Amino acid sequence: MKKKKCIAILLAGGQGTRLFALTNTVAKPAVSFGAKYRIIDFTLSNCTNSGIDTVGVLTQYQPLVLNEYVGTGEPWDLDRSYGGVHTLPPYQAKAGGEWYKGTANAIYQNLHFLNEYDSDNVLILSGDHIYKMDYSKMLAEHTAHNADCTIAVFDVPFGEASRFGIMDYGDDMRITSFAEKPKNPKSNHASMGVYIFKKDVLVRELIANEADKTSVNDFGKNIIPNMLKANCKLYAYSFSGYWKDVGTVTSLWEANMDLLGDNPAFNLDDPSFKIYSRNEPLPPSYIGNKGTFANSIMTTGCEIYGTVINSVIGEGVTVKEGAIVENSVIMQGSVIGENVKINYGMIDENVVIGNNAVIGDKQSDKNHIALIGRNTVIKDGSKIQSGEIVDNGGAQA
Amino acid sequence: MKTLGIIFSNLHDKDVGELTAVRSLASVPFGGRFRLIDFVLSNMVNSGITKVGIITKMNYQSLMDHVGSGKHWDLSRKNGGLIMLPPYSDREMSLPKHRFDALKNISSFISHSDEDYVIVSDCDNVCNINFSDVVQSHIENHADITIVVRNKDLENSKSRTLVNLDSDGRVVDVINTDKKRGKSMVFCNILVMNRKFLLHILENSVELNYNSFSKDVLVRGAKEYRIFAYIQNGYFANIDSLSNYYKHSLELLDKNIRDELFYRDGANIYTKVRDSAPCKITESAQVANSLIADGCVIEGEVCNSILFRGVKVAAGAKVFNSIVFQGSEIGKNSLLNCVIADKRVTILEGRTLSGHETHPYFIAKSAVI
Repeated sequence: MKKKKCIAILLAGGQGTRLFALTNTVAKPAVSFGAKYRIIDFTLSNCTNSGIDTVGVLTQYQPLVLNEYVGTGEPWDLDRSYGGVHTLPPYQAKAGGEWYKGTANAIYQNLHFLNEYDSDNVLILSGDHIYKMDYSKMLAEHTAHNADCTIAVFDVPFGEASRFGIMDYGDDMRITSFAEKPKNPKSNHASMGVYIFKKDVLVRELIANEADKTSVNDFGKNIIPNMLKANCKLYAYSFSGYWKDVGTVTSLWEANMDLLGDNPAFNLDDPSFKIYSRNEPLPPSYIGNKGTFANSIMTTGCEIYGTVINSVIGEGVTVKEGAIVENSVIMQGSVIGENVKINYGMIDENVVIGNNAVIGDKQSDKNHIALIGRNTVIKDGSKIQSGEIVDNGGAQA
Repeated sequence: MKTLGIIFSNLHDKDVGELTAVRSLASVPFGGRFRLIDFVLSNMVNSGITKVGIITKMNYQSLMDHVGSGKHWDLSRKNGGLIMLPPYSDREMSLPKHRFDALKNISSFISHSDEDYVIVSDCDNVCNINFSDVVQSHIENHADITIVVRNKDLENSKSRTLVNLDSDGRVVDVINTDKKRGKSMVFCNILVMNRKFLLHILENSVELNYNSFSKDVLVRGAKEYRIFAYIQNGYFANIDSLSNYYKHSLELLDKNIRDELFYRDGANIYTKVRDSAPCKITESAQVANSLIADGCVIEGEVCNSILFRGVKVAAGAKVFNSIVFQGSEIGKNSLLNCVIADKRVTILEGRTLSGHETHPYFIAKSAVI
């Protein structure tokens, strides 16, 4: 068995209830982002760009779209003969089967996957963050510290700190305290949900945690505090690039908007650190001569005859004549009818907006985004208010 | 009806010498993100062909880089798949010059294949054809050879292979000429044969006195063999000169042609994936009637043009009626009109370059102006 320095486990089972209609029929990591990507592309591409060639993707909630999307892993160069990407759903075993109870239990149920590979370390990732990160640098620090566990840390605004796992660490980066979603956070050092464990430590802790019937089997609530108590060597790794949790409609919209502008907050155009994705074979996008297209991004296969301003336009989207799309995210395959007006809208995949429909109103802003679920057909002339959610239960249009 | 695909990647390199100075005709960029070979290769794959040999002669590094293992066309297979066929020669032999020589050169590849039919195509055509229809008509006609032809109104004196048909669609006459004007039926450089028939004429070429495919097999053979025509009525562009390349490229700005070429019954055109970022069009940009590929960053004005992947147009720059290949950069306040800029061209600030619709101005790969 070839030795590997590090393999990765990607937690992709979450439902993402705060994304409402966007996650009716797909898991959060499979939600479209940034014109040509899905959220999971960022963590998978980070792995590839960090030299990690073995990734287990733990799926549970609505895994079909996600499984199909990940497939053999070819778009991320993760189709490997020893390693590569594997989707790991819950399964039936001789002792019975059960759903994944918590993040730690999900990995516990897949210890056989960890043991399949002779790896010194295990990288644990969440599938719902947008960021570019070279994990090999974190692994180098983890190794240099001879740490049992290294946690990636991102300094968030104090006002938001109580949404995260918050920790304290000294000048030597050794973690001294950790509190999951504290009411009164002591610092703004937030856990990114990115951990590197020594494999034998992780296996030991998971088995111990599983035996503890009072545990909720969560990394932030159980494993990390228990290890701190036992005086294990936990270190922080400070990350300072762009990092965004896209758990809510507003934050997902903001992350999309962060791609726009002359100096975008998050720059995707970097040939040395590409984000890979699976795409349809479509021709380049066409922009007609009757509208305006400004401060927006777009990928292949679009047909734009109307006006698009401050927006993100997904693969194969059509914007018909006279339509005005502003401050919006239009996901792949959707058709925006003639003279439609959309302001602060999030239009999921394969939606058809009938002619003259109006989406959004005077109250529209980033906290009042109108959301149209996938495969929905909006009738001609409909009016959808700011903040309204319209979906057809996810049925095929 | 298993069919073997064979593609000639170099046959017409000389027709567009500017674009083929650094590559084979097969790897000439077309339509914002494709190479010419993508069309014939995708047509074959979309028609259920799973084994394709590509005959190369020279300049084929860029082609090999483009097609790789064939995985982007779903041709990375254990059985069949994509097979590059570089020239096989020793001191005694010279490089094959013509279609017939090239086929003779790969006769062992053809004889070791087990498909019943062979479809042989050049890659100077931009079209979306269902080749299984061609093979089907070949079978129904009990033909020895089925050639794809199209109706064309001839205006200039290029050498072409023309055919005359009888009422059943059988070819009665094949003429190589550059004198004909007006409505004619032109051979499209795509043909279907029974594999055994092809092997027979290759192996007995000396006895048959065959040296050229069109002169000998088609012109002389028209009397002898059952040669049928399959008439291609859909969009079809033959790239046989730089001005033609320019004209046919800009035809893609017509929605009907895009629909026919890229979306026919779900038959997509595949190409190598490069994972560029989405294209970005800034506040100061103006884009009209243009095709824009991923990775472009546009701050200036782009009109009636095609930009390939990763083209940067700086603020104040104007790109009109032009085709700009992958990775080129247009500097501030420059003006391009009727220009074809090859890959990674740099246009510095304030330059003005202009050709004419019938004579586009060509800028060679990696040039700095």
